[in-house]
Amino acid sequence: MTATKAPTEPPGQRTVRRPGDRLFAASAKGSGIFILLVLAGVAAFLISRALPALVAPAEDIPGGAGLAGYIAPLVVGTLLAAVLALLVATPLAVAIALYVAYYAPRRVAAALGYVIDLLAAIPSVVYGFWGLTVLAPALLPFHEWAAEYLGWIPLFAGPASNTGRTMFTVGLVLAVMILPIISAISREVFIQAPALHREAALALGATRWEMIKMAVIPYGKSGVIAGAMLGLGRALGETMAVAIVLSGGAAATLNLISNSSPSTIASNIALRFPEATGLDVNTLIASGLVLFLITLAVNMLARWIVNRRADFSGAN
Amino acid sequence: MAKRIEVSDLNIYYGNFLAVEGVNVAIEPRSITALIGPSGCGKSTFLRSLNRMHEVLPGARVEGKVVMDGQDLYAADTDPVDVRRSIGMVFQRPNPFPTMSIYDNVIAGNRLNSKRMKKAEADEVVEKSLRGANLWAEVKDRLDRPGSGLSGGQQQRLCIARAIAVEPDVLLMDEPCSALDPISTLAIEDLMAELKERFTIVIVTHNMQQAARVSEQTGFFNLNGVGQPGRLIEFNPTEKIFSNPDEKATEDYISGRFG
Repeated sequence: MTATKAPTEPPGQRTVRRPGDRLFAASAKGSGIFILLVLAGVAAFLISRALPALVAPAEDIPGGAGLAGYIAPLVVGTLLAAVLALLVATPLAVAIALYVAYYAPRRVAAALGYVIDLLAAIPSVVYGFWGLTVLAPALLPFHEWAAEYLGWIPLFAGPASNTGRTMFTVGLVLAVMILPIISAISREVFIQAPALHREAALALGATRWEMIKMAVIPYGKSGVIAGAMLGLGRALGETMAVAIVLSGGAAATLNLISNSSPSTIASNIALRFPEATGLDVNTLIASGLVLFLITLAVNMLARWIVNRRADFSGAN
Repeated sequence: MAKRIEVSDLNIYYGNFLAVEGVNVAIEPRSITALIGPSGCGKSTFLRSLNRMHEVLPGARVEGKVVMDGQDLYAADTDPVDVRRSIGMVFQRPNPFPTMSIYDNVIAGNRLNSKRMKKAEADEVVEKSLRGANLWAEVKDRLDRPGSGLSGGQQQRLCIARAIAVEPDVLLMDEPCSALDPISTLAIEDLMAELKERFTIVIVTHNMQQAARVSEQTGFFNLNGVGQPGRLIEFNPTEKIFSNPDEKATEDYISGRFG
């Protein structure tokens, strides 16, 4: 090969670049940098405005227990609501996606797809009122039942709420809200499972369910995780629905069914911000900074999970 | 375990479109039967109807009989899943499962047939199948790597290993070499010659030299025009098809006058 190379040609010579290529490369690079700038701007804003609360003496922070004491229960509440929502919504969303993609008759599948997408179009205020007026009263019997028979699990320690406006109800409302996101993304990746591999499974004598286990779910796994993380992002940041439904206390408790559950970061900011002054504002922004960091960590975790077995992802 | 397949009056449809009409043929065990013919003549469709893979497509159906050693494959009480477990298939494009290792690919069919399998037993099946597919020496040190990392010819032999790992009665091959280079093709043809000692093999091929090289019997499919159903024009010993065919259309096709 070296013999055919022109002697004047410098090593690593640059290829000819056409104007169209250059334009596209520049605009793509610009967009990428723009996103980083926005992200950095948000982070800078949060840090600068949260700084007074970070350095303030503990007794000046609302609640009097210092910044960590103020934010910790909110973090617990935020994670509890979001994780509960995710645990309820993900299996359901995957089942719906598989049904729509591989089991439902074509017409039913299309109709069901629209209905699910429609769920995503409902404003969160409406979900909040639905949770408050319909779901919370409807779940009261379950609260009492859980307190009596599942009380030995810390999550259901009770005493049962008499309004139903609990973390448990919030979790279910959030689950309904993130269901369309997860199921729509799962459905798309499941449908794209290559016919070549689905036929390979069927030709080996797989039943439809075995075919789905062999060729569809492994192929769609990273998509499902991505969808779940998008849903988790929405559940973590959801404000209105939580603010309307939850009547919480301020204790950092895992108890799902009592009236003492902590609020979430986002709903706490929404409820307190209008009347906040001085250091209170900085404290709320500091809690927002924590939410930002949590979301960032969740997304990085998801990416790590997806990349862990990249060799086997089917993308190569 | 090779079995004989008898097909009588088989019509194959896509929805209302009659794709293949009136096939009558007997496929002998422990031999290679080649199916040749121009594109769109229905030979692949016919092949896929033998293990009930045709009906996987929406609206696809067949009329007529396919009988394997006395068992009617299209009887009301025959489960297509059982049919596919006893009739293996190798596709045109190599399709190992990209999410599985080489090892898991080979054993995939066995895991379906019998859920529980001892490790030693599974190891044995994997080695035997990979040796059977002439792939063992090339992959034995990287059985835990993804099958998609192999070359095209190796992937196709991996698919053959996967198909023979379940010890099927019949092996169907749908243009197994059309995506491969001549050296890989030769490797697969040698492999087919070994496999026919144990299996009934039916191969669809566009390559007439390949049909002449590997098969005992050859069937020629043709169609009269676009939109017309394909038919089995002639079915005879390969030697006769390529030297002195009964039908004018067969002679025209193999001598390159059309198609």
